[in-house]
Amino acid sequence: MIAFVILAVALIASAVWVVTAKKPVYSVIGLLAHFAALAATYITLSAEFLGVVQIIVYSGAILVLFVFVIALLSSGIDPFKAGKDRMPKAAIPSAVIVLGSLGLSAYALVKVPTVGPRPSVAALAARAGDADAFGSVADFGKALFTVHLLPFEITALVLMVAVIGVILLAGGEPPPAGGPKRAERVRREMREAIVRAGDE
Amino acid sequence: MLDVAITNYVALSATIFFIGVAGVLLRRNPLIMLMSIELMWNAANLLFLAFSRMWTNDAGHVFAFLVITVAAAEAAIGLAIVVIVFRNAQNVDVDEVASLRG
Repeated sequence: MIAFVILAVALIASAVWVVTAKKPVYSVIGLLAHFAALAATYITLSAEFLGVVQIIVYSGAILVLFVFVIALLSSGIDPFKAGKDRMPKAAIPSAVIVLGSLGLSAYALVKVPTVGPRPSVAALAARAGDADAFGSVADFGKALFTVHLLPFEITALVLMVAVIGVILLAGGEPPPAGGPKRAERVRREMREAIVRAGDE
Repeated sequence: MLDVAITNYVALSATIFFIGVAGVLLRRNPLIMLMSIELMWNAANLLFLAFSRMWTNDAGHVFAFLVITVAAAEAAIGLAIVVIVFRNAQNVDVDEVASLRG
């Protein structure tokens, strides 16, 4: 319980930090702390494999992607100078929505009875000793490649679609530096040059 | 931990999820909005794993794995869209990028 409380406080604090940080780089740091605490929570839930995957995939891949994009967008000009966030206008309705949803979920928690007994501590401890321990790589792999083969195949399909989509979206030829205005000027100059060449 | 009731996990997950919702609603920087979406994915994942632990059933682990994959794909495509929007508009403010609004 103590571990849970510490991790819960860390998770909520870092989530609030992600949402309220002024610059996206600070948000990334908050997200890093959030993912670390989340991986620890997964391990306390005896999901060791997914805790490790969380660190590798999120902290190792997705956050690096975010940092790269931030670095890419921030080089040269500052893209984040535009207007203020919608804080003042939307703060009160959002707070109402968030608090209402939280109240609703709290109500549901009180009202909905538990659907069944939790496994006893002794049963879980008995499983923890053997190689098939719940949440271990062996256990997870067995479930992934036998009973739940379809979600695994769908995972592969989703990754392929994502790769093709990203290549189609971002792999095109970049326009000349300076944005659309400069591109337009370059095009006009080329047209004029062609006309001049035709006159001569 | 074994002595934490499932309701605590549900409440924690709901809290993180709605912090993410607030981030998407309140911020207009698309990068921070994408990170808030990541928070929501992870709140769902936490619930998967908590219930999986409650029932000692591996299905939750498998679907948490699926969610991680989909979240990674979503982040990649979302960031690609941010990059090309920035390349074309020199601006990534989500209120300014409104040419598809009709």
